[in-house]
Amino acid sequence: MTREFTCIVCPNGCRIAVEYEIPAAAGASAPVIRSISGNLCPRGIEYVTQELTDPRRTIATSVLVEGGELPLASVRLTAPIPRDRIFDAMAVIRTLTVQAPVTAGTILVHDLLGLGTDVLVTRDVPAR
Amino acid sequence: MIHRQKIDALIVGGGPAGLAAALQLYRCGIRDLLIVERERQLGGILRQCIHDGFGLTQFGETLSGPEYAGRFIDEVKRLGIPFVTNTTVLSIAAPEGSGPSFRIVTTASPEGLKEYAAKAVILAMGCRERTRGALAIPGERPTGVFTAGVAQAYINLYNRMPAREAVILGSGDIGMIMARRLTLEGAHVQGVYEVMPYAAGLPRNIEQCLHDYDIPLHLSHTVTDIHGGSRLTGVTVSRVDEDLQPIPGTEQYIPCDTLILSVGLIPENELSLEAGVELDPRTRGALVDEHFMTSVEGIFSAGNVLHVHDLADYVSEEATRLADAASAYIAGDPLPSCTLYVLCGDGTGHVVPQRISGRTDFRLSLRVNRPMEDCRITLRQNGREILSRHLRKALPAEMITLDIPSRILSADGDLTVSVEKEVQS
Repeated sequence: MTREFTCIVCPNGCRIAVEYEIPAAAGASAPVIRSISGNLCPRGIEYVTQELTDPRRTIATSVLVEGGELPLASVRLTAPIPRDRIFDAMAVIRTLTVQAPVTAGTILVHDLLGLGTDVLVTRDVPAR
Repeated sequence: MIHRQKIDALIVGGGPAGLAAALQLYRCGIRDLLIVERERQLGGILRQCIHDGFGLTQFGETLSGPEYAGRFIDEVKRLGIPFVTNTTVLSIAAPEGSGPSFRIVTTASPEGLKEYAAKAVILAMGCRERTRGALAIPGERPTGVFTAGVAQAYINLYNRMPAREAVILGSGDIGMIMARRLTLEGAHVQGVYEVMPYAAGLPRNIEQCLHDYDIPLHLSHTVTDIHGGSRLTGVTVSRVDEDLQPIPGTEQYIPCDTLILSVGLIPENELSLEAGVELDPRTRGALVDEHFMTSVEGIFSAGNVLHVHDLADYVSEEATRLADAASAYIAGDPLPSCTLYVLCGDGTGHVVPQRISGRTDFRLSLRVNRPMEDCRITLRQNGREILSRHLRKALPAEMITLDIPSRILSADGDLTVSVEKEVQS
């Protein structure tokens, strides 16, 4: 099988063409890459391999702040999660409220939904 | 009469360009400097760019906008570099009479007016968004039409949700990022409509902001009518022909409560113009030489106010280069005079700098004026090819930079930069 990917690892956005096979052996579902072209760096191979088996993304959003100079503090995930769990992650993060002052670098949730990623505050919000 | 304070360098704007310029000036030994920021905090537009992808070049890791700005702000504070917020620059003027070269900068803040006599003024005001008015979209005037950056500020800074059912006009990066952001916050995005036959933003954003969320991108389409009384109720979109003119009979009505515009960024140069700085109609930023000095002596410009960049990392890098030259200027080192022009040839949308000395290494930044694959970027001086490089692809969305060593340059003759499809031999 052949597929084209746009690599999202860096702004180069390489268009990567990959030829791969899914082995017929029972239980083995990991695709075997036969050829790969268009990537400017090895991270492209990593990205495509990940995309073929388990596409992952990070998200950035915000949480409510009580008593802060601003109503929100921005947050992001520290590691990508399976793409089909993005809205599950959003549902949890949406319930969070923090008390000002908030400091960038604070971990609000450890191991979100058991996905091996933390929710990290990305900006300071001083108390009002 | 207002007290006039002497200063070596005054930096207009505390975003990515202004912060990087201030830090590098400091490292070069310039201690008598000031960053003037009109918002209440430093950081510029990065404060509302909460998505990640910043810092890959500068720090080798991917950060959100606030974290990226935070790295620079923390360093500015640690070094004790002076800055003022809530302060706007009203004018940059030439001194009365003749004498030593400096610029008179007038600022306004809640504390009142202030005047500075600055040896160097660094323009780092960034850019602003094109609006509906600039596009002249016909139709009614309901609320619910926002630029992408305004919608971004509502959601990410003020906790206000501007849309339930949205249409996005223009495929600029912020528009695509907002398509994803709105979707994450529970709105439905009908699609992104782009008048050109190619996307304005980066391929990775088409992938991770649109494809990932099943948001369609309709190329060669535009909004031709806006409907609604007090609030937007829908838009009409039409397909356009090769001359970008709407094709009659292709109109389609799309019900929506919000139209987000991501239709281009314009360097914010009103202050520069009043200061007598000559602009380049291609970039809509200042014409600068290889030292990032504008047509007015002592006034420098870098970042998005000079030309719109694709990445904040490159803004910081450019401002750092500016500071190297500006610190030499402040110290009184003569900068080589720049009398050779860098001209746009075929395939080139704009180039920066537009003037060079031909005696110093410099970094050339450019954008192509159409998407090309398998092309060759060529520099010619006096009709002679001095540099040629193959590019697998070149997109108008991406800024291209080339480091030009002085050894290949001659001290006379203009340069022409062209990007052309590779000829098969």
